[in-house]
Amino acid sequence: MSTEARKPPAQIALKIRRILGGKAGWNGVAVQFAFAAILGWIGYEIVSNARANLENQHIAAGFGFLRNNAGFDVNQTLIPYTGSDTFLRVFVVGLLNTLVVSVVGIVFATLIGFVVALCRLSPNWLLSRIGELYVEIIRNLPLLFQILFWYLAVLAALPNPRQSISLLGIAFVSNRGLVIPRPIGESGFEPFLAMLVLGIVASLALRFHARRALFQRGQVIRIWPYVLGLLFGLPLVTMLIFGLPFTFELPQLKGFNFAGGSRIIPEFVALTVALSTYTAAFIAEIVRAGILSVHKGQMEAGSSLGLSRGTTLRLIVVPQAMRVIVPPLTNQYLNLTKNSSLAVAIGYPDLVSVFAGTSLSQTGQAIEIIAMTMGVYLLISLVTSAVMSVYGWRVSRSLGA
Amino acid sequence: MTDITSSTFVRRNLLTERPAPVKTTGFVGLMRTRLFNSPTNILLTIVGALLLWFTIIPSVRFLLVDAVWAGTDRTACLTENAGFVVGACWPYIQAKLPQLIYGFYPEAERWRVNLTLFLAAALLVPLLVPRLPSKGLNAGLFFFAFPVVAFFLLHGGGISGFGLSWTAGILQLFDDSIIGAGQVLLNLSKTSAMAPLLWVIGNLVVLVGTAIYWLIFPLTSLRDQLQGTGQSVWADFAITAVIVSLIAFVLGGGVRTGWRALASSFATFVAIAIVIKLMGLDHGGLPIVQTGLWGGLLVTLVVSVTGIVTSLPIGIALALGRRSTIPLIRIFSIAFIEFWRGVPLITVLFFATYMLPLFLPGNFTVDGLVRALVGIALFTGAYQAENVRGGLAAIPRGQGEAAAALGLSWWKTTSLIVLPQALRHVIPNLVNSFISLFKDTSLVSIVALFDLLGSLRASFSDPKWSTPSTAFTGFAFAGIIYFLFCFGMSRYSLFVEHRLNAHRRT
Repeated sequence: MSTEARKPPAQIALKIRRILGGKAGWNGVAVQFAFAAILGWIGYEIVSNARANLENQHIAAGFGFLRNNAGFDVNQTLIPYTGSDTFLRVFVVGLLNTLVVSVVGIVFATLIGFVVALCRLSPNWLLSRIGELYVEIIRNLPLLFQILFWYLAVLAALPNPRQSISLLGIAFVSNRGLVIPRPIGESGFEPFLAMLVLGIVASLALRFHARRALFQRGQVIRIWPYVLGLLFGLPLVTMLIFGLPFTFELPQLKGFNFAGGSRIIPEFVALTVALSTYTAAFIAEIVRAGILSVHKGQMEAGSSLGLSRGTTLRLIVVPQAMRVIVPPLTNQYLNLTKNSSLAVAIGYPDLVSVFAGTSLSQTGQAIEIIAMTMGVYLLISLVTSAVMSVYGWRVSRSLGA
Repeated sequence: MTDITSSTFVRRNLLTERPAPVKTTGFVGLMRTRLFNSPTNILLTIVGALLLWFTIIPSVRFLLVDAVWAGTDRTACLTENAGFVVGACWPYIQAKLPQLIYGFYPEAERWRVNLTLFLAAALLVPLLVPRLPSKGLNAGLFFFAFPVVAFFLLHGGGISGFGLSWTAGILQLFDDSIIGAGQVLLNLSKTSAMAPLLWVIGNLVVLVGTAIYWLIFPLTSLRDQLQGTGQSVWADFAITAVIVSLIAFVLGGGVRTGWRALASSFATFVAIAIVIKLMGLDHGGLPIVQTGLWGGLLVTLVVSVTGIVTSLPIGIALALGRRSTIPLIRIFSIAFIEFWRGVPLITVLFFATYMLPLFLPGNFTVDGLVRALVGIALFTGAYQAENVRGGLAAIPRGQGEAAAALGLSWWKTTSLIVLPQALRHVIPNLVNSFISLFKDTSLVSIVALFDLLGSLRASFSDPKWSTPSTAFTGFAFAGIIYFLFCFGMSRYSLFVEHRLNAHRRT
């Protein structure tokens, strides 16, 4: 006689309890109700107080102010802007300025960070000590301190434009900022650009093909001569046929200031220098930790397989180190973007400075403006963390975990 | 067998000595193995030495050799008067030192700042040395008693009531708000489409409010009677002491085991009474110094210590909330943490300065310093929550399960078993957060508070001391202070980490 396994009793009540109140059951539900009541009470108080206060100050709530004229100038704009434009345009101008200083800062921070990390990992004793000194000093001083130092002490101590320091005769540093040659598009510009894009796409396709050949058939294809030809040869040929793509307009000293060239405002220079050197110290530590995290045996295993040192590094050590490096590195990029808001201290016209600063003091729309500013940063960081979790998921999948 | 000696070579004379192996230790060894062992390395060493030559030497010259050490105003620090290219202008720091440390704190009252700093150091140092005993008492004093004492020392002023009055006041405020909300609902019900529903809810809310009013009536009437007597603070104090001690006694286990709780509660109240008497809080206390006058290093330290003390409980609560299985609490904690971690501190400070006053009742003004403190506490709390969460995740499940098997409640499991281990794990991370908090306090200078950096910046505009090297001197001085604090903390965190990992050392 065979006995059928009895079905477990229906656990709907248990499941509902679990969903509603977690492990604590009905107690959890009660706690939630109390918590929701407190939150509701706080929310009610905030709304009613804000309404009363705004009425007292004669401020109309809402986003209508975005269509009003701003009426102030911004000293660095990437898109055309005049004082008669709206606050919405001020918002966009500020956002673009934030993004440009972040991107430039990220590029320099990564470069400096990798160099410092290599210094710290160097077998040369002196160089590793210098790297350590750099990291310790930079990390233990506040960022705002460093921004103000570059802006108020170093840049202010530079000579005026007439005695400006010349960098190879093409760029000039003075207390009015950095003047660099401005590229001017010529007739050959469009074909040049098209060929450059074509070269990049073709090189990527070639690399994809070579990797497939390597991983599926074990066939090694040497692609770098072709890539070199595509990336440099092709544009060079177009340049010969269609003429120069662009020429540089060199800055000329005329009277008390420079004519021609593009001027980079000193606030931008100070902010970029401070942000990139500061973040570089953190990036250096991340890169160093990442490379040290790869076990020594990996390198030895690679060389015992007959791979050259460079190939071992490229195919074995760096990919493993990158897995450790990339998440905190992205975090640092995010930090740099958020830290660029310190621009307000020296008057660089970033989002916080022109929108949460000047626009706020002109309109008094504190709630809307601060919510929008916070929203922008929140969006950037949420998007980044979403991308990073996709990356983490892919890494863990490729590990077979 | 053949004669062994005949077929084997036996050396009859001593070998000449071989040269000693190349020395690989000491300074010479270091030079040989790590500095000059290959052409590339020699080149790198030369590059490094040049780099040092062009940074260290000018810095030392600026700070010490070419510096001006005495003078009364800018003329002493000008090149034409000194006769050489002037480096640091130390008389400027000397003249501005009070401003950089105390801000505009009245000169006659500065002993209060000094006393507070001394108290802080006296409580903090024993807390940081692992060998010293009674960490619990010490931490309690530093995290609970010291902030209160420091507030009355730095800000001044007295108290007009004690526990009873405060409790009654808060409950009354809460009750008024409930009744107010009910009235609003009732008003809405006259016009809204869902009138009956709103009417019912409104009446219900008002009813609850009225019930609470009668519930707390004994408390409020007692408070009103106390206010009438001359010795309201002491009477209130005595009643609070008796009530709290009784509660401690009952919760501590009544006649069986409650005596210990009663004794410690009694001792606490005696200590509080001594503090109140010493500082004269019952009749006005010390003269009030408005926070607008505070400045310099004082503000930097006040902001960072308050941030450290308040962010830790917030962080622990949020971390526990994030691990909770109760849906609403978990969602709220996650949203709260991710929100504050996703925005830059400066927008948080703008939020606290411009938006927070709008959220509070109109007759309720909050001091500028307190607003910044609220912003910093919330911001740092979110970061600490993630640190604490890391520690909680590192505790094996078995710890919590074992505690549950012993019959401990969730609160006891968490506070006695899980949290102590988790916090120990993350002390280095917490200290690192404190370092970044200390550095971030400099941001309050943007919202018009004069911390060390703000005072420094303000002092640059003094025409009496405007020389080419003023800015560099000021930054050198402030930089040294910031560096000492941050470097000290980071070394301490390394020391703790080393100690915690002592069992893993090989």
